[in-house]
Amino acid sequence: MNVFADAIAWIFSPDRASGALPLSEAIWTHLAFTVVSVAVAALIAIPAGWLIGHTGRGRELAVALSGAARAVPSFGLVLLLVLVLGVTHKVGASTTAFVLLAIPPILAGAYSGVEAVDRRVIDGARGVGMTEAQILRTVEAPLGLPLLIGGLRSATLQVVATVTLAGYVGNWGLGFYIVQGIQIRDFSQILGAALLIVVLALVLDALFALLQRVALPRGVSAGRAPENEPVRRRRRGPTAPAPS
Amino acid sequence: MIEFSSVSKTYPDGTAAVDDFSLVIPPRKTTVLVGSSGCGKTTLLRMINRMVEPTAGTIEIDGESVMDKDPVRLRRGIGYVLQNGGLLPHHTVLDNVTTVLRLERAPRAAARDRAFELLDTVGLDPALAERYPSQLSGGQQQRVGVARALAADPNILLMDEPFGAVDPIVRAELQTETLRLQRELNKTIVFVTHDIDEAFLLGDQVVILSKGADITQIGTPSEIIENPADEFVANFVGIERGTRALHTKRTGSGTVLVDAAGRTQGVLVEDGA
Repeated sequence: MNVFADAIAWIFSPDRASGALPLSEAIWTHLAFTVVSVAVAALIAIPAGWLIGHTGRGRELAVALSGAARAVPSFGLVLLLVLVLGVTHKVGASTTAFVLLAIPPILAGAYSGVEAVDRRVIDGARGVGMTEAQILRTVEAPLGLPLLIGGLRSATLQVVATVTLAGYVGNWGLGFYIVQGIQIRDFSQILGAALLIVVLALVLDALFALLQRVALPRGVSAGRAPENEPVRRRRRGPTAPAPS
Repeated sequence: MIEFSSVSKTYPDGTAAVDDFSLVIPPRKTTVLVGSSGCGKTTLLRMINRMVEPTAGTIEIDGESVMDKDPVRLRRGIGYVLQNGGLLPHHTVLDNVTTVLRLERAPRAAARDRAFELLDTVGLDPALAERYPSQLSGGQQQRVGVARALAADPNILLMDEPFGAVDPIVRAELQTETLRLQRELNKTIVFVTHDIDEAFLLGDQVVILSKGADITQIGTPSEIIENPADEFVANFVGIERGTRALHTKRTGSGTVLVDAAGRTQGVLVEDGA
């Protein structure tokens, strides 16, 4: 356990407040990369996913693209984009790579959420005279929200882990300590940074788990509650007559 | 008045759901389209509010073709009750009933008042207003569906096997309620069912359909029972099977009517006796 103790000591060392990259700044840039990448990906993938789910068109294309995107090695993508966009655009290049990584799960969450809505409910909504936009906005989007948030959740987890790679191309994020730690053979620094990434991922995951619960529309959850409630058995009193 | 003229619906894969169908649906009466599943009766119903569009022929409401109207506006002006309610699961009963009113941007308070009035009309406890559809029984959900369809006070009410998914006791109750509503509200109702007894109970005009929405017979329930067009109709309405083939039997206290299975179905009362 000495390695872990050293790693934790490294995290809480007063030296972390200064140096080439103070720890607070590293955590902040790590989070910023994650949030910005997921947000940009969401801006692209949510409307596209809703459109695919609502019209039922382009689903095959989306599945194929998502599958292909998952197979792309992210490290290679980051380096490639830095080379293509030029070393002066390192932030843009790495963000682009993370956005591309985050798009498939969000896209899948958006269209599968809409697809999962009972066709009869949509038929009823159209039958009473909702426009297609109203169906999407008031029926499909809210009912598909839990699955969409599930997509955002897995996108965020993938990105928060992959932002570590930004440490290779710049002095950003917790990955910087890992890259530097490997070079100077400082294992407590490598492990300390890795632990922080794990904690960050767990915190974000817990936040999304909470959000997924809150997003479940009332009414969808309301009817299920009584069924899942355990049946309370009346405890038999000590004076209960023995069966004869 | 709703008028179908030579209406056909052929799907892209070549199946003809409806083939050259013509029918006049009189206003302020209940017309029941009845037939086995797959005969195209639901397709016919859904063509009235353009949920399905015909490939040939015209459907006119009071002389105006439905194809000339904006589908969204058309649907808001026609009440539509679906088999399983088709209610929005994430909206309360109140919000479900006021859906059309809110789409039409009616004042909130007025919509709310109207919703409570409708709940009363369809026989629902106002205490259910804040519940969600999943917290209601099947019969209650159907009543909410009817209240929603009536919200904008449409002249036409389309009902697509509305009582198909509830148990027989609740179904009988809802059928009685439908008769009462029709007496009170006087709407043009187009009702689709595969249950001939339901058709005879509710229909002023009953249309018996066979595959491809081919009209086998059309008439009042009495006309159909008294004079079935062919063997298919006779079989369908139960004359062949025996449920409606009654014969008299003399007993000590008078004459009774007995069905083919030998069960007594009623007592014969002589006119003027």
